[in-house]
Amino acid sequence: MKKETWRELTIGTINLNAGNSITNLTGTWRSGKKPEFIEENCIQCFFCWLYCPHFAIKVEGEKVIGINYDYCTGCGLCAEECPPKEKAIIMVPEEIKLAEGR
Amino acid sequence: MKTLKPLNGNQTIAEAVRQVDIDVVAAYPITPSTAIVETIAQFKADGLIKGEFVCPESEHSAMSVCIGAAAAGGRVMTATSAQGLALMWEMLYIAAGLRLPIVAAIVNRALSAPINIHGDHSDTMGARDSGWIQIYSENCQEAYDNFIQAFRIAEHPDVRTPVLVGLDGFIISHSTEIVEIEDDEEVRRFVGEYLPIYPLLDTSRRFTVGSIDFTDYYFEHKRSQIEGIENSPRVIEQIGQEFGQKFGRYYSFFEAYHLDDAELVIVVMSSAAGTCKEAIDELREEGLKIGLLKPRVFRPFPYQKIAEALKDKLAVAVLDRSSSPGAFGAPLFTEIRSALYDYEKRPKIINYIYGLGGRDIKVEHFKEVAQNLVRIATTGKIDSHVGYLNLRE
Repeated sequence: MKKETWRELTIGTINLNAGNSITNLTGTWRSGKKPEFIEENCIQCFFCWLYCPHFAIKVEGEKVIGINYDYCTGCGLCAEECPPKEKAIIMVPEEIKLAEGR
Repeated sequence: MKTLKPLNGNQTIAEAVRQVDIDVVAAYPITPSTAIVETIAQFKADGLIKGEFVCPESEHSAMSVCIGAAAAGGRVMTATSAQGLALMWEMLYIAAGLRLPIVAAIVNRALSAPINIHGDHSDTMGARDSGWIQIYSENCQEAYDNFIQAFRIAEHPDVRTPVLVGLDGFIISHSTEIVEIEDDEEVRRFVGEYLPIYPLLDTSRRFTVGSIDFTDYYFEHKRSQIEGIENSPRVIEQIGQEFGQKFGRYYSFFEAYHLDDAELVIVVMSSAAGTCKEAIDELREEGLKIGLLKPRVFRPFPYQKIAEALKDKLAVAVLDRSSSPGAFGAPLFTEIRSALYDYEKRPKIINYIYGLGGRDIKVEHFKEVAQNLVRIATTGKIDSHVGYLNLRE
């Protein structure tokens, strides 16, 4: 994406492109650990979806189906809040690079 | 109709606030600016100010309220001094970075320690790199006039930069003068209606104010901010002229007093300039070709105009009412000395630090400076580039 020169910017740091965080892959901030989704343990309570600060829980239909690593910062809230004893989300060491994880 | 009123500096600022259709005042009182806030509160209680008056829990919060209110689209002001301005520190940079046209009356006062409540310029000089326009006043009349003009300057579409107006603690804030207070309606018309560019209260548009910038955009946004203050000289000049045409008192970047034919020059800002004029009158009677240059606008610094006015002089003494420990002289001196660097012919130049913590500066002290200038002009020698005036050595 072409970045604006200083003359092209809107006055006062105002960003008219609201919602542009979709283009900023916050997943690049992740380091160390990432959440792993274990489908068979999931009770579909949506706690992970509720707590995730970056909307990085993938939902299809009315089901949680995994993690969007483009936006997951690896904060671990989803794994912490996951209620079942055998958790459906656990934090695992980051092994693969973001590009492959998409 | 114009009226003559006996008012002190603080009251003149409050009068100006009453006249400019302010939307929000957010301030936490501190000596010597307390009476500004107090008088505004009285005006509000008496129904003379329609805007909101907010009393937050600190100066940091006061400036934060100003920022929020200005971002919402309001015309906003505050007033403070010394420690109060210091506590606003991080918010000053945010106000400037967000290009919010907030106007602040700063009653100049020394910074602690040692604790002191009297007038010097340590507070605003410390804020010189915060991105605010800085205008200094010699007396109550100038404080009133500058404060009214400040809204026009800050709100100008090419500028959109916060402005602070300095007036010396106690010497101006608490001294009563006969001040020409202009007609309410005339002032209101001069200042005009404020048209915010992107008010947050405009819910028809979606945008973000103050989002994060990393290495990819911060630099460009800062450069864009600098453009605002760099656009301001032409606006300051134009508004100073317009104010003169309307009310009879003209303003520019500095005042020249017996400057044209002067060989020796004293540069001093704010209230001390009044005393300096007295000294210059007496020295002129003695036959000395001496003049005064009184800077009014410190940010943006009118370096070309000041250098042009000083380049052909023999010797110049720049008097600073603040110190910059460890620097080569105090802020005004370093600016002016640097401004003269490109001129092949330029005067000898020295710096005096004076009046810290409200220490008096009298006619006799300006005469002492003049004597030194005579010595330097005759011998071409400077004993000390930076001296201290009226200090027990």
